[in-house]
Amino acid sequence: MNYHPFIIPFSAGAIFLFAVVIYKFVKWFRNLDRKQMYFVNKNIFSFKTIEAIGETFREALIHRNIYKKNPLLGYMHMSLAFGWFLLIAVGKTESSFYAGTFFEEPWLAIFFKYFAKEQHSYFMAAEFSFIMDLLLLIVLSGVALALFKRVRSNFLGMKKATKHSKFDRIALASLWWIFPLRLLAESTTAAVAGNGNFLTGTVGNWLSGLPVEAIELPMWWAYSFSLCAFFVSLPFSRYMHIPTEVALIFLRKWGATAGEQYSGMTDLQLNSCSRCGICIDSCQLNFAADINHVQSVYFIRDTRYKKLTDEVANNCLMCGRCVEACPVGLELTVIRQQLRNKAEIPGKHYFEYNKAEESKNKTDVIYFAGCMTHLTPSIIISMKKIFNEAGERFWFMDEDKGLCCGRPMRQQGFVQQSKDLISKNMRLIASSGAKMMVTSCPICYKSFTEEYVLDIPVMHHTEYIKMLMDKKRINVKKSDLNMVYHDPCELGRGSGIFEQPRDVLRQTGNLRVSEFEKENALCCGGSLSNTVIELDTQIKIRNHALEVLTESKPDVLATACPLCKKSFVHGNKAKVMDIAEIVADCLNLQSEKNEKKSVNKKESIEFI
Amino acid sequence: MKNWGFKISRPRAIDFDTADLAEYSKLVEKVPSAKRCLMCGACTATCSAGNHTDFNFRHSHLMYRRGQFEGLAEELDKCMLCGKCKMVCPRGVNTRAIIYNMRIFLNDMNYKNIES
Repeated sequence: MNYHPFIIPFSAGAIFLFAVVIYKFVKWFRNLDRKQMYFVNKNIFSFKTIEAIGETFREALIHRNIYKKNPLLGYMHMSLAFGWFLLIAVGKTESSFYAGTFFEEPWLAIFFKYFAKEQHSYFMAAEFSFIMDLLLLIVLSGVALALFKRVRSNFLGMKKATKHSKFDRIALASLWWIFPLRLLAESTTAAVAGNGNFLTGTVGNWLSGLPVEAIELPMWWAYSFSLCAFFVSLPFSRYMHIPTEVALIFLRKWGATAGEQYSGMTDLQLNSCSRCGICIDSCQLNFAADINHVQSVYFIRDTRYKKLTDEVANNCLMCGRCVEACPVGLELTVIRQQLRNKAEIPGKHYFEYNKAEESKNKTDVIYFAGCMTHLTPSIIISMKKIFNEAGERFWFMDEDKGLCCGRPMRQQGFVQQSKDLISKNMRLIASSGAKMMVTSCPICYKSFTEEYVLDIPVMHHTEYIKMLMDKKRINVKKSDLNMVYHDPCELGRGSGIFEQPRDVLRQTGNLRVSEFEKENALCCGGSLSNTVIELDTQIKIRNHALEVLTESKPDVLATACPLCKKSFVHGNKAKVMDIAEIVADCLNLQSEKNEKKSVNKKESIEFI
Repeated sequence: MKNWGFKISRPRAIDFDTADLAEYSKLVEKVPSAKRCLMCGACTATCSAGNHTDFNFRHSHLMYRRGQFEGLAEELDKCMLCGKCKMVCPRGVNTRAIIYNMRIFLNDMNYKNIES
């Protein structure tokens, strides 16, 4: 039997690791809620499982998403993950060939070079030896890059790297030690036996001046201990993402998502965060306002270790830029929302909003301006003009005594009260018997589409105007204004409406491109989600965004959100207009046309 | 009692020996801009909830500042947190954060009272 006491630390560490990981997985899977379990049961034996295997290969081993961010950073992650995976897989194959059976001692593959010292004659021995050296070299290059990244993260495309806790640093150090120690151990053995391939053989040659027989065993012991240290620290450090991310990919493919409440899926996502820190660079609080302790990576870490403070949970614009950037694809804003929910504060209903008036006439369209739009009355005036031009019978639902849509309340965690508002609004909507609802506020739009159960379609006014233009119910003339469009967070990233507003703008003026667009758009800083930052910080964020957006010196900064408009107007950089205003200005009014026609007729008559 | 069409308000003198002013400094720590408030009432004028109820942010804020918490939790629950008041504030006070934090603090206080 191939046995030496130095395998004991490795084996003990591995057994501990498997026990803890299995315990945690069982706990999380039992905490999945009913909806998530339904999806798991529905899709577990479907084609989706095969897709998930493919995605595991792409994301957990090759790290395609990180390659997109920066090729060198991607290579670093791939060399460590895929390289180590191959080192294990090829090593296992090699040791099976050597032993002549698939069921050799489990540790034989790990310490293969020590137990199989002499010249070998098993199948493809020389090729295996070369491949194993090559793989080790690839992994070592990844470790070298990781070390270099600690000093100069900029070189690998990261402006700011994560500040790790002490425990994470221990785990990190033990991971980094594994591969140099493996190289040293294999090289000394190669020096003793007088063999080894291009890497271990060369290093063995260098070492041959030393008393290699005396340092051979200590090296193998050190290698085993470094493996043990890594295995023991893995389940409690950021490296828990290695097993968890795989499980998350499968669950996500099956259709499970984090819901309103904290569940097993939340736990899985918290543990799937590798704390790579890519979200830090995408966060505006970081690069525009210099707030460096609230980013998603720290939020997820604090939540996982149950150290979350109110400040970290609430200090977020919920703009969703980190969600777009996250290479693991975590639902970061949903999780933050879960943690904000205040179930312990009972839903009190002291308010009675009975003054909201139901519709008196049956109409076709409901117009819901939203609270914020009432502070930018020009949008309301423009929308009325557009409705009249299109000949739409509409009911202005919150003209005088409207209610809030409930989303601001929800974002602060008062879910019960938000539901109360929702049910009140639903009653009002039902009273009109309309076939469609149009809203001017992206916050309301997201609320109506996601949290309300409505049997009529809801449109943001940009979609609605686009529809009217497509159906030729309104005609616009193209102006010669140069415009840049700012994507509101809730409309763009939040609801995926990128093209409709741009189409409208292309028909009313010259649309220019800005640096931060679509999924990468900036937040105006006026977000309601953040109750921690004050006006001065908001102004910093707004000024930075304004600077980027007005780089090409456009005549008009177009947006589709009253809150964004209100924020940008105070920046005094460019004329800020809502899309509704732009369209209303460019309308080819039917009445004017008729007048002109009649004037022309008169003229022609006189001419005759 | 006979309804005369008017009533005499309770005396509103604040006894600063018994008033709990510490709570307000806790609030100011969370929302420093609260100190900037000059009680102009623009927030109350624009309030969406004010259309439906007698909710008055300026008044609630003043009560909290003076340590008079009686009935304040119920009063604050009338707010829909829509944030209009924050947008109109001429002094840049984060009124929405003030309401949010007052709610949390008052809730904590209620729990303490129940326990004691």
